[in-house]
Amino acid sequence: MPKITGAVEIDRDRCKGCDLCVVACPCSVLALETHDVNNRGYHYAADVNPEACIGCAACATVCPDGCITVYRVVEK
Amino acid sequence: MEEVRLMKGNEAIAHAAIRYGVDGYFGYPITPQSEILETLEELMPWETTGMVVLQAESEVAAINMVYGGASTGKAVMTSSSSPGVSLKQEGISYIAAGELPALIINCMRGGPGLGTLQPSQADYFQATKGGGHGDYHLIVLAPATVQEMADFVGLGFDLAYKWRNPVLMLADGVVGQMMEKVVLPEQRPRRTEREIAEQCPWAVTGRPEGRGPNVLTTLELDPLKMEQHNLHLQKKYDAISAEEVRYEEIDTEDAEYLVMAFGSVARICQKAVEEAREQGIKVGLLRPITLWPFPAEAVARLSNKVKGILVVELNAGQMIEDVRLNLDTRVPVHHFGRMGGIVMDPDEVLGALKEKFNIQ
Amino acid sequence: MTPEQIKKPENVVAQRPALLNDNTMHYCPGCSHGVVHKLVAEVIEEMGAEHIAIGVAPVGCAVMAYNYIDVDWIEAAHGRAPAVATAVKRLNPSRLVFTYQGDGDLAAIGTAETIHAANRGENIAIIFINNGIYGMTGGQMAPTTLEGMVTATTPYGRRVDLNGHHLNISPLLAQLEGTCYVTRQSVHTAAAVRKAKKAIRQAFENSMKGLGTSVVEIVSTCSSGWKLTPAKANDWMVEHMFEAYPVGDIKNTTTQKS
Repeated sequence: MPKITGAVEIDRDRCKGCDLCVVACPCSVLALETHDVNNRGYHYAADVNPEACIGCAACATVCPDGCITVYRVVEK
Repeated sequence: MEEVRLMKGNEAIAHAAIRYGVDGYFGYPITPQSEILETLEELMPWETTGMVVLQAESEVAAINMVYGGASTGKAVMTSSSSPGVSLKQEGISYIAAGELPALIINCMRGGPGLGTLQPSQADYFQATKGGGHGDYHLIVLAPATVQEMADFVGLGFDLAYKWRNPVLMLADGVVGQMMEKVVLPEQRPRRTEREIAEQCPWAVTGRPEGRGPNVLTTLELDPLKMEQHNLHLQKKYDAISAEEVRYEEIDTEDAEYLVMAFGSVARICQKAVEEAREQGIKVGLLRPITLWPFPAEAVARLSNKVKGILVVELNAGQMIEDVRLNLDTRVPVHHFGRMGGIVMDPDEVLGALKEKFNIQ
Repeated sequence: MTPEQIKKPENVVAQRPALLNDNTMHYCPGCSHGVVHKLVAEVIEEMGAEHIAIGVAPVGCAVMAYNYIDVDWIEAAHGRAPAVATAVKRLNPSRLVFTYQGDGDLAAIGTAETIHAANRGENIAIIFINNGIYGMTGGQMAPTTLEGMVTATTPYGRRVDLNGHHLNISPLLAQLEGTCYVTRQSVHTAAAVRKAKKAIRQAFENSMKGLGTSVVEIVSTCSSGWKLTPAKANDWMVEHMFEAYPVGDIKNTTTQKS
């Protein structure tokens, strides 16, 4: 069975910490930073569990600010 | 040989618009100017020049169609009468703020409120002082003849494009409804997309390869930038004031009294001037053709020469304020007006002149 | 594979569309406007229409939409976008002309312009953001505000006897002969976003084919106005807004079915 691996890249300074990507992610890859803030004071989203990513792009799809780039590789 | 036609002022506007190569007319019926829309619909210019003619759902929609059309660099116009022009003020303010060329015609009727269907000049303040919200001016042309109704369509658009500023033709029910001889302008082609792109680099046409987005907005949240925009507009208005004043002087060289009137009333006053001169009273006439910019210099100059000025208007006294503001001396200035849609005759004007200045 | 090995241009499956520029949007965190802006940008890009697109922005939260999507824009007076778009399209029939309007703009102050543009069958696409509230002015009652909903001007909840009923305008527009496509979508899940994008694409294509007016209503959230977190606002929308504004196609007279 082919293995699907994904990765996300988050434009942290564009992120407003709305949490919608966190809710949308089926694999619990993402979470809001609890301490760190970005240049506008938001607790931005981060890939806290990157190895769980399947590159489904749900996070990028619901992101209102276009902060997320999603990559996917299918390994045969 | 030029072709002389007999038609109403409103009809002349419609014909002149097609011949100028206007791209779009957006109107809404209201007396006494509905013939403009009716004539355009009858002439079907979309079959010939490609001009768009649309009866909008309201004056508000019509002026916003003008705003949209003008934003794309097209030559667009609307027309209405006083109550309808009040409704258009929101859009006119946007058009002025966006520095868009457009032609608006107000064929004035008596007000306030729904008023009367009969002629009036009671929208002078509204036309010349802005009309809507914010600091802005329209270039205001006051036609006195059917010929000028036709000519000022072209002049209006030429000025509108020259200055990127809306032009208002302030007509009234008299010139709109009366029939006169008129020579219509030659048919010109509508501008091509390429010409528009060259002449109106600001136009919202769909962003071509190699240029950034054109955005037509009148919103600016930064107070400093908003002030800069206002200063820019004021500078433009100063330049227009310096260059575009138009007026007509009749028999002013030796005049002891000056009559001032605009539009159809100026023609009544011209007759009154003739009658006065037959009676040995030396009267001259100053007819502003642009109400904004106002012929301030002419008023100042003539105020030094005459014993008194009578301002004749179909209102309670509006242009008289601009006359008083621009006097060079303390010459007496009086107003004579009729309201409610009543048009004075030359005898009334002469009578008023004699009475106000105690001329025997 | 390590994330670094995966993060290569050839492996990108989702990213911000190029037409959605670098300006940070002024919208509140979680605002549906951002998603819809992204979809509009993606659809224009995918249609290759960036050089013919003309957007008409409203008054309301999306008043500065022109700052984010790199096509030509006109910012219209409140409610007048359909009138502005009417003239733009009639005078420039080869262009892709769309309006982007909120519920106050489209269904209150601009009702006449909306209905008459739709009734004339103007070949424009109308993107209609319905979040049941006036966002920009600070959360006042909109025509679409639900009964009982608390807003700045209905602090005890919207009362039918005082404020009338919520206005369900899309079915009304669907009754008009001039509309070819009226659909209601949302953008609260990835699946919903994908459907909404298809709807916008169809609306834009309809307008270029000259089929009439297309209306894409997006039932949206206003977490600031509703005083909920973005995630809770989505839940509230599903629970309450969808009852009054059920999603799905309301009218489709075109051959293309979504």
